Amino acid sequence: MFDLKEQIIDQLKIKNLTPEDIGDEEPLFGSGLGLDSLDVLELIVLLKQKYKLRVTNAEDGPKVFRSIKSMAEYITEKQVQTA
Amino acid sequence: MMKVYIRSAACISPQKTFNSTSFLDKLVTYEDNKLTCIEPDYSEVIDPRVIRRMSRVIKMSVVSAVACLKQARVANPDAIVTGTAYGCLEDTGTFLASMVEQDEDPITPTAFVQSTHNTIGAQIALLIKCKGYNNTFVSGGASFENALSDSMMLLAEKNNANILVGGMDEITDMSHAVLTRLGLYKRQPVSNINLFEAKSKGTINGEGSAFFLLANSATEGDLACIDAVSTFYKPVDITETTEQVTSFLAAEGVDKNDIDLLITGNNGDEKNDAVYSALQHSVFDSIPTVNYKNLCGEYPTSTAFALWIGAKMIKTNSIPAILNEGTAIATPIKKVLIYNHYQNSYHSLILLSAC
Amino acid sequence: MNAIVFVAGAGVISGIGNNVTECLNSLRNGDAGIGKIKNLKTNHRGLLPASEVKLNNSELAALSGLLLSAPRNAMLSMVAAREALEDSGISSIRGLRTGFVSATTVGGMDKSEDFVIDFIADRSKGRLRDIINHECGNVTALVAEKIGIKNHISTISTACSSSANAIMYGARLIKHNILDAVIAGGTDAITRFTLNGFNTLMILDEQYCKPFDENRKGLNIGEGAGYVVLVSPRVATLLKRDSYCSVSGYCNANDVYHQTATSPEGDGPFAAMSGALSMAGLQPQDVGYINLHGTGTLNNDSSEGMAIKRLFDPYYPKMSSTKSFTGHTLGASAGIEAVFSALAAQQGFVYPNLRLQTPMAAFPFIPETEFLIDTRIKHVLSNSFGFGGNCSSLIFSKL
Repeated sequence: MFDLKEQIIDQLKIKNLTPEDIGDEEPLFGSGLGLDSLDVLELIVLLKQKYKLRVTNAEDGPKVFRSIKSMAEYITEKQVQTA
Repeated sequence: MMKVYIRSAACISPQKTFNSTSFLDKLVTYEDNKLTCIEPDYSEVIDPRVIRRMSRVIKMSVVSAVACLKQARVANPDAIVTGTAYGCLEDTGTFLASMVEQDEDPITPTAFVQSTHNTIGAQIALLIKCKGYNNTFVSGGASFENALSDSMMLLAEKNNANILVGGMDEITDMSHAVLTRLGLYKRQPVSNINLFEAKSKGTINGEGSAFFLLANSATEGDLACIDAVSTFYKPVDITETTEQVTSFLAAEGVDKNDIDLLITGNNGDEKNDAVYSALQHSVFDSIPTVNYKNLCGEYPTSTAFALWIGAKMIKTNSIPAILNEGTAIATPIKKVLIYNHYQNSYHSLILLSAC
Repeated sequence: MNAIVFVAGAGVISGIGNNVTECLNSLRNGDAGIGKIKNLKTNHRGLLPASEVKLNNSELAALSGLLLSAPRNAMLSMVAAREALEDSGISSIRGLRTGFVSATTVGGMDKSEDFVIDFIADRSKGRLRDIINHECGNVTALVAEKIGIKNHISTISTACSSSANAIMYGARLIKHNILDAVIAGGTDAITRFTLNGFNTLMILDEQYCKPFDENRKGLNIGEGAGYVVLVSPRVATLLKRDSYCSVSGYCNANDVYHQTATSPEGDGPFAAMSGALSMAGLQPQDVGYINLHGTGTLNNDSSEGMAIKRLFDPYYPKMSSTKSFTGHTLGASAGIEAVFSALAAQQGFVYPNLRLQTPMAAFPFIPETEFLIDTRIKHVLSNSFGFGGNCSSLIFSKL
């Protein structure tokens, strides 16, 4: 999950944060990190480039990208499916 | 046109123009064919969460816009109008390059979204919650002038209104490389101190952002008034240029002897500057003149920088030594004319007066 | 100040026709211009439908009289602007102060795309003639020079509302007596830049778009250009033929919500529409037809619909999105739709909203699905909303 946090910080250019600043279950949107719909699209590309995973429906975004933990679970689940 | 009042002005440029207590008291020198902006610490003004997506031109513009509003003590203007020839070039280049490198898939959306020409006006509106009129002109070397004309019309249409208007353009590595290949800039490094002595082909690249709060009624502390703005495109020869200038002055009821100071857009390129020198032997004869592009470089919206210095000179009733090449200039400075042309295609005239 | 501005001429090119007559026939017959991508060189060919103008660059160069090296955008602009100018008959009047106010979001991007392929590998490579017209303003200048306009040349770029703002600016230049006539509207060619841009936003429908349908999936990109010739009352009286209609109201407002999304309650669209109505001195029930922005994205149609509900309930005018024919032509859309709206105001046309199967459950209104002629229509409202919260509405009124 540390790697994932680093990748997110890099992809979304959140220069004022370090991986340690982001809690595993902290909401990425709204009151938490304050990300928005454009960030969802950035994260979809991140999953595609780094994990070869395709989130085809932007509407799935809120569920998958709720927190670092939910993203990590999604990645693990999908990678098991494709393995 | 009805005259409008410049309530405040803020400018980020290659000189110390932003948050500076003095008025251009010392020239910042460059030994290069490009002059890039002295940028402030943005994090003091913009939330880091918002700033992360912003390219340089967006940051410079948003910060100078906010500073301009603060000086005028206006929280929310009636309209925001911007002029930019190139728009958000850095984001455009980023998206284009990633599209080519990734062979159209997969690429991220942020640079595309931010590359839209009205991003600056939109970001300012979002930041200050301005729900009013929002427009962006991308008319090459007349972009800022069009934004000014639009603002002046808006002020004539509405009582007690105020408008935030700005001009901005940025240099990117890609644009500098392309414009250099197109032969716009001097081949040898040149010092901006000696720009007008070089007498050779090419100028120096420049950039900047300048914002103004314009109002249709006077307030104590106004910097100056804009009496009129006019543009003309590709005059066939110097005779037509002279006629255009003459008819502008006639329409404004201004005799050339009324003009205390002329600000011209000489940029060090021989062919470019020949236009100004021809006019200085005719319609502008014996008007005290200063140049400004040794301070900010050449770019399509450089007249926003010229307007900033013009308004400041009227307000302070002084001419910074670095602008004055030894001309004796009578004070008070009550009427200032800015005349610029961009590549002899876009010509513009902005007439300023003391309030 | 001139109190009123007339529409004296119209010109259009889009996926449904190369001139006003052809486009009108397609609208009448329900023939959409959307299909497989044929002209644009892209990996998305065959995967993403689009509404291309049915002429390749060589054919367009011949039709427009511009060089093949000119951006496709300029060629489209030239064809429509020239048609509008000739249609208006203003060239027969001597000494007019005529302006050209054109909107575009991509300028010469099609050529820039070719340029960067070589350029990013080596900064000394790339044909310079492919990059010299990159700027939006250059496209306007190329066309202005070709049609012989020098008095006033402006380019506006506010994303998908661009041409509405060009028409508004043109009308105001006449009202302020700065110009007598203005060719106003906009142009946008399909480019890889915009197609990929919208694709990364995941708002492109892989099927034909279904504006205002409950099951809509997104928009289809289109291309084209559309211009109206605006004239002062004095010029209108000098022309041989009556004007199409007047431009009676307009408003530009900002949604102040998000860079790419419109607010759920449609605050910006509501402000733009109500501002235009109030300028025209009209009540909502006076509007006979709304040419919707109606892109077919989840966000736009629900936001626009909400604003319409807030403003018009219970007096719903007839309405439709002609983007179901032309695709979303971005910076050109408000220009193309201004032409359709001016004809609607003059002749009472109501265009069909194609492929509407399940009207949106949230709203009590249903867009028209058939071509109608309703001569009771006096006022037509045209909506255009863009990135950055830019919302603009125009009202065209029968004379």
